[in-house]
Amino acid sequence: MAGASTRETYGKTLVELGKQNKDIIVLDADLSPSTMTRFFAREFPDRFFDCGLEEQNMVGIAAGLAASGKTVFASTFAIFASCRCFDQVRMCLSQTGLNVKIVATHGGITVGEDGTSHQAIEDLALYCSLPGFTVVIPADAIEAAEAVKLAAATYGPFYIRLGRAVTPLVYSESYQFSLGKAVSMRQGKDATIIATGIMVAKALEASDTLAKQGIDCSVINIHTLKPLDEEAIVKAASETGAIVVAEEHLAHGGLGSRVAQVAARKKPVPMGFVNLGDRYALSGKAEELLQRYGLTAGDIVEAVRAVIKRKQES
Amino acid sequence: MLNRTETSSEGTPPSNKFDLSVPELKGMAKKLRRHVITMIATAGSGHPGGSLSAADIVTALYFKVMRHDPQNPQWQDRDRFILSKGHAAPILYAALAESGYFPVAELSTLRKLDSRLQGHTDRNLTPGVEMSAGSLGMGLSFSIGVALAAKLDHRDYKTYVLLSDGECDEGQTWEAALSAAQFKLDNLVAIVDFNKIQLSGWTRDIMNLEPFAPKWQAFGWHTIEIDGHDFDQILAAFQKAEKVKAKPTIIIAQTVKGKGVSFMENTAAFHGKAPSPEEAERALKELE
Repeated sequence: MAGASTRETYGKTLVELGKQNKDIIVLDADLSPSTMTRFFAREFPDRFFDCGLEEQNMVGIAAGLAASGKTVFASTFAIFASCRCFDQVRMCLSQTGLNVKIVATHGGITVGEDGTSHQAIEDLALYCSLPGFTVVIPADAIEAAEAVKLAAATYGPFYIRLGRAVTPLVYSESYQFSLGKAVSMRQGKDATIIATGIMVAKALEASDTLAKQGIDCSVINIHTLKPLDEEAIVKAASETGAIVVAEEHLAHGGLGSRVAQVAARKKPVPMGFVNLGDRYALSGKAEELLQRYGLTAGDIVEAVRAVIKRKQES
Repeated sequence: MLNRTETSSEGTPPSNKFDLSVPELKGMAKKLRRHVITMIATAGSGHPGGSLSAADIVTALYFKVMRHDPQNPQWQDRDRFILSKGHAAPILYAALAESGYFPVAELSTLRKLDSRLQGHTDRNLTPGVEMSAGSLGMGLSFSIGVALAAKLDHRDYKTYVLLSDGECDEGQTWEAALSAAQFKLDNLVAIVDFNKIQLSGWTRDIMNLEPFAPKWQAFGWHTIEIDGHDFDQILAAFQKAEKVKAKPTIIIAQTVKGKGVSFMENTAAFHGKAPSPEEAERALKELE
């Protein structure tokens, strides 16, 4: 699979949006060379504000601008965009519903060598807990561009998690993104792998491996964690009778928890979970970390086989 | 939820339409203080001390200083008042009701289920409320966003933000202090209701803020120090702030916690406690 950087795509998409809409304002917290908001800053210096290392202040400023009619994109690393300013996000964005898009880069453990302090693995739980927020994790750069454009066109607070590393492309340029709608990537009958973000590519790889072993899997990309496409989850549970959820996140409060809640309410089936569990990761190369902490295609394969076994036993 | 679509400036007043004299402002401040007491006593909970200390500043803004139109709360060119110390919601509600944003009778619904007047301010529920507040230290940041928008849109409205001294404990206040100076926001005026008492005691004992004005000066602000209960000084300070260029202004208003009610003055006891019916009666008598 060819690859591209979701954050670089974000930076370029912002410039496009800036040309179309003069009310788009971009904020950053001293990370614009990394979040790629620097492209926008160069093109539209009057509409870019570097808030320095003041994430809490940045969220408040974003809210004030949005309350004055602006569409605000505010970027920093996912760890700071979630944990550092959660109260500000709750008060100023969730409770108000203001039109601010938190686009956070360097999400998950694949930020790599910077280590535990920089690995955002609780961000999805935090943002999904907030009423009124739309939470999106694009699977690749093509989806990232579409998600950012749709966020700009949709009123209300968004959290979009992007990665640091180059991500394999799972879509072609003709891909049509639909907010809140899960994407069926593969159709199978034995089990469904539901994945988000970088785990979508891993899920596709796993389904290839499983196919060779005679196991026919569905693969679904849930790019929008909130609002959740419950219909797609119920359909997958009904059609395949087993679900594995894969995400680059802690075990609790992310996609796995959310899918399990839907299944429990509407169509309980045996479920498996591929995630980081209840622990922090350490420094290392992205791929090494994915290996070490159980987020590979191989881990998904094992989880699928286990869940099918449970299905057969039940 | 309120319709928050901004409306254009046609047919709206160019300046404060009340334009009260100083004696009239004193009368209005007393009236607002009475509302505060009655509202909180009726609700059975709330924060009287910090509403009473801010009463004169809020009165001056709504009835003399600010350009605003209660019939048109979303008027694009209105001066903005942002209450960062959200627990002083009652004094803001009283000013909004008396200036005509909603009926005065509604003040008695404070803190009740389904009321538009929440315990702490909610911009989506109450006409005239600019910011949802209650978690301290956030208002200055929000105000910077509002003031930046004015610059971006070439609008000449002013952004006024009222902080408590206690919330200057919050680190975010100082993040915002740095950035307002960085962005040269001379259309932003902060007022600190320096009543010297926070929830559990005197600020000097809990977390000393002094030397206070020099801190703001060092952060790049123009500072003005006044008696926050003297209308001549309050009005003069706002006039001086108009003339400051290329930097934000902070008015440090020395105030008395619980001002106007003898047994609420200079005590933390009524920071977050409602007066009993008997105490409310005594308070209202003092405010006649």
